[in-house]
Amino acid sequence: MNSFDYKKEITVDSAIKAVSADYKAMFLAGGTNIIDLWKYNLAHPEKLIDINDIAALSIIEQLDNDGIRLGALVKNAATAYDPLVEKHYPLLSKAILAGASAQIRNMATNGGNLLQRTRCYYFYDPDVPCSKRMPGSGCPAIKGRNRIHAVLGASEHCIAVFPSDMCVALAALEAVVNVVGPEGERNIPFSDFHRLPGHTPDLDNNLQQGEIVTSIDLPPGKFSKHYAYLKLRDRHSYAFALVSVAAAFEMEGSTISKARIALGGVAHKPWRVPEAEELLKGRKTTVENFALAADRILSGAIGRGDNDFKIPLAKRAIIRACEMALEPEMQIPGAGPSL
Amino acid sequence: MENKSGILTSLTINNNDYKLELLPWVSLLDMLRERLNLTGTKKGCDHGQCGACTVLCDGRRILSCLTLAVSKNGSEILTIEGIAAGSELHPLQKAFIENDAFQCGYCTPGQICSAIGMLQEGKAQTREEVKELMSGNLCRCGANVGIIDAIMQVKEGSGHE
Amino acid sequence: MENKPLIGQPVSRLEGLEKVTGSARYAADYHVSDLLYGYVINSTITKGKILSIDVSAVLALEGVVKIFTHENRPSLAWFDLQYADMDAPPGTVFKPLSDNIIRYNGQPVALIVAEDFETARYASTLLKVVYKEEPFDTVLSQNLDKARAPKKGMSTPLKPPPPEPAGNFDKAFGKADFKTEATYHHGTEHHNPLELFATTAIYEGDGKLTIYDKTQGTINNQFYIANVFGLKYKNVRVLAPYVGGAFGSGLRPQHQLFLCVLASLELKRNVRVTLERKQMFSFGHRPQTIQSLRFSADSSGMLTAMNHCAAGETSSYEDYNEILSSWSHKLYPAANTLFEYKLVPLDLATPIDMRAPGGVTAMHAIECIMDELAYKLDMDPLDFRLKNYSEIDPSTKKPFTSKELKQCYEKGAEKFGWHLRNPKPASTKKGNRLVGWGMATGIWDAYQFPARAAAVLTKDSRLEVHNAATDIGTGTLTVMTQIAADEFGISADDVSFFYGDSKKPFSMFQGGSAITASTGTAIIAAIRELKKKIIKKIKEMPDSPFEKIPEHQIVFRNNSVSVQNRPDICIGFQDLIRANNGREFKVTKLAGPDVLKLRKYSKAAHSASFVEVEVDKDLGTITVTRAVTAVAAGKIINPKTAKSQILGSMIWGISKALHEETLIDPNLGKYINANLGEYHIPSHADIPEMEVIFAQEDDTLINELGVKGVGEIGMTAIPAAVANAVFHATGKRINDLPIHFDKLI
Repeated sequence: MNSFDYKKEITVDSAIKAVSADYKAMFLAGGTNIIDLWKYNLAHPEKLIDINDIAALSIIEQLDNDGIRLGALVKNAATAYDPLVEKHYPLLSKAILAGASAQIRNMATNGGNLLQRTRCYYFYDPDVPCSKRMPGSGCPAIKGRNRIHAVLGASEHCIAVFPSDMCVALAALEAVVNVVGPEGERNIPFSDFHRLPGHTPDLDNNLQQGEIVTSIDLPPGKFSKHYAYLKLRDRHSYAFALVSVAAAFEMEGSTISKARIALGGVAHKPWRVPEAEELLKGRKTTVENFALAADRILSGAIGRGDNDFKIPLAKRAIIRACEMALEPEMQIPGAGPSL
Repeated sequence: MENKSGILTSLTINNNDYKLELLPWVSLLDMLRERLNLTGTKKGCDHGQCGACTVLCDGRRILSCLTLAVSKNGSEILTIEGIAAGSELHPLQKAFIENDAFQCGYCTPGQICSAIGMLQEGKAQTREEVKELMSGNLCRCGANVGIIDAIMQVKEGSGHE
Repeated sequence: MENKPLIGQPVSRLEGLEKVTGSARYAADYHVSDLLYGYVINSTITKGKILSIDVSAVLALEGVVKIFTHENRPSLAWFDLQYADMDAPPGTVFKPLSDNIIRYNGQPVALIVAEDFETARYASTLLKVVYKEEPFDTVLSQNLDKARAPKKGMSTPLKPPPPEPAGNFDKAFGKADFKTEATYHHGTEHHNPLELFATTAIYEGDGKLTIYDKTQGTINNQFYIANVFGLKYKNVRVLAPYVGGAFGSGLRPQHQLFLCVLASLELKRNVRVTLERKQMFSFGHRPQTIQSLRFSADSSGMLTAMNHCAAGETSSYEDYNEILSSWSHKLYPAANTLFEYKLVPLDLATPIDMRAPGGVTAMHAIECIMDELAYKLDMDPLDFRLKNYSEIDPSTKKPFTSKELKQCYEKGAEKFGWHLRNPKPASTKKGNRLVGWGMATGIWDAYQFPARAAAVLTKDSRLEVHNAATDIGTGTLTVMTQIAADEFGISADDVSFFYGDSKKPFSMFQGGSAITASTGTAIIAAIRELKKKIIKKIKEMPDSPFEKIPEHQIVFRNNSVSVQNRPDICIGFQDLIRANNGREFKVTKLAGPDVLKLRKYSKAAHSASFVEVEVDKDLGTITVTRAVTAVAAGKIINPKTAKSQILGSMIWGISKALHEETLIDPNLGKYINANLGEYHIPSHADIPEMEVIFAQEDDTLINELGVKGVGEIGMTAIPAAVANAVFHATGKRINDLPIHFDKLI
């Protein structure tokens, strides 16, 4: 709600310089989250550095290794409908299109999607405690209304979930986040990008002040034949996931040669358990096998009352998403169960 | 206020050119409504959760409530006031009247702008796909059936003249 | 050219052009010069006191003009009665900024006024309020020990207590062969019209105001403002030409109106106050309710006993009540009945009527327990209703003015294909989905309130009709125009209906699905009076061919006055005005329900809804795929707008059944999903294939038009029909609304 300065920067270097020099400065890309947070008195930028015109970050390109690079400033809609993405990474297209609304996807950028903040009720209310907002103030969700909250990887300080759909697919696809900052470039494996809350729930991810996401690399493993994004929510569109699953396989005959399963709506970051995926390797596509993986993924899950259902629901959703991945052409708008 | 100096911003709105000195904290929505008296664009939530403020920016549908006006310097904005060609209504406007696609009318400008954007995007083929891609526009009166009927009528080119 | 009758025609909305071009102006859309912007500050505690308010940082901000708090609120009307609007329940009306007491979380505690909206909003973050908190109660289920009978007041005749017990419930229920009992919990709901509550007050000088307000009652708010601020009625004009939905939330003046007017009068400036979406949760709502029902039947399927005990939430300062436990006996003729309705005061804002208040809540419980009992009896749920069909109102033993519910059952069932239903739960599968069909009965009162209308044959021979009613999206403008045109025999193009303005003749407020009956009847009465006046005039004209014609043979049609079967005698409206020396004809007339006649009857609109759902067998996700509602609501003036009313209310029913709920955190005593992202109303993707059928119902008793209103009846059967369909699909009875899909796994 506060007033702020505004400046457009058209190079990565100048943008980084502007933000790293001033800890009250923030980048402005699509704005769909930062403007929302500012209007709720949750973000208080004193300077917004508009990076939308940095042309170098606004393209999707093929990489030499047969993967592709998604510019951080490409809009979510443009990414989902990009012919390269649609053809080679349809799982990503489906996940993006399951999120938000068409208007928001027209505005929101790929980099911004990674950096969006939780939709926890309590985080969004500046008048109540929240350790993510005010470190040490406590988490009212733990003993409050927590139907939408985390069952995996939470801490006594925070049980918020990360709301992105796109990132669930990016986790499954083992994307790499390319970052530039005052200290130079970094390439962060997707699983290391977001954090669990632990003692520092105020930190959503491992980006440092002044660092900017420049692009996201999708590796050559494309999973373009057997994939599904399943999203379960309280209305059929325009709602955040209570549980979502990105599932993808590579097959040799009727045997799974490689599996990827990532969950959304259950943790402070997209949830992946590589050991569970290993379990499926060399196995047939049976419900029993999917259930094995599901049990493994949910091991250690803790319900907090209202959200207890997420544990059995997530298991069933994993099994269903795995089944759906075998018939991707059946998938329906809104990423609901298609079988 | 720490900062009173406005930023000179050029915008083309409904084919009219504007040069405005704007503070950065003014949303595109508030600029349209409070500075330019273009109140056809509605504020239903101010947080990107209802779609009532949808306008077309350089041909794409966006939410004006989550957009800083200064950040659209140089853009072309089309609002509900600029949809009709003079006194000739846009086919969607006619179809909305014909199909009783509104009751209170408050979400209507956003629905129409969004539908124009959706049809231009060309991604929705079936009725189910249209419903999904229009779901960013809520209607509390429950005029949904008429809204989708109107859009399908225009999409299928059967709009009565 | 012959004017065709318009009543019964699907006329498109007359304000359609304004609504599709963005030129329709709502309360916050008025551009006036030198406008100040007010921003409301809400209490962040649930109960207690304000100890101090530090306004220094707010006032230091450039652009801030003033802050109003309880510390500097000018002295205003003293008596509660002066704050009591026409819809005020018994109790003590909330008076904004009148003291330092906090009664509920979100209560307005200050208004910041600034030169622009952004500054006012920013200033709100600089205000420091120190509170002293007290323990609070906000959850109905935890406070049932405090349940007590509602206080009686002015609104009691409109919302009477449930019928007295009949027979001996305990005995009959005790020995019944077939019986069932169940408890139904409903959470809080907020109206959330898409238009934010807003007021633009234009200071006209000298204690005079023009106010654009979001309201369902222009005169209600005019009286309120005049009484509270000590202004002359004629100096307060409240206008609401367009209202962006309200659904009951605009039945009472809301606090943004008070605060906006306060600022305008104090500062002698034009002021606008618009609430934020989260502040739309800071006044009335549909209350939490808990209903316990016990129904029994004999082996033939006749109901023998019905018990309906309901508890609803109210505030600590007013006794909001609604009709919950009266409905079953208006439908079903059980000999032994016991009904109870109690209130539990909580530390929340006073609830306010929300679309089909009470009725939709009660009918969910009643029609679910009927479904459950039908299964116990091994009867088809529809046959069970037909078996217990009553032509008269069992609770009063009076006949209905009309009741075509049977037609609704038959036509709805046929359209839906109900006879194809396999009664066995969880028996129909479609891939991984279980398909379920459910039905339920709907009922709603047929209200008519007193209203006054003016009718004018103008100098340019057009008909003008005037009434202060609003059009909240219901189609009032169109329907009133149709009624007036037919009654006066004039083409609709030559009719203007002026409305949404407190300067116009009296209308109470637009609620209870009553506006067509109320304003429509007043318009008929006024036009009849106008016709009398005109007939008198033409009979007095020199050499008038009408002189000897009996009045009942004189007809108004095709923009002229003529005589039945005498085409040679005719005078056009233009000539009429000429004969009146170029002067207009004008009358006003008050009309109300014919109480003496209606005392002998019961009155109600009825409906039957049939719903198909598909439930994923593993994941529980619920999709409503089809819904049919057949409605018996008397004459349908405009089948196009009426159908839209029914479709809209059906979607409300689906939303109540499956989607919407305001969540209260019991530890914080506040609503925590106060936004449209987490308060889920249906998106386009949630809307099924839907059909509406209007039963032929000729009602010559209910009112002059034979109408019962269609704003609410379409909603009342849907939640139970959805819940019953979910049972049929899954074999699970989920009695608490909304039915979230996770309850089915």
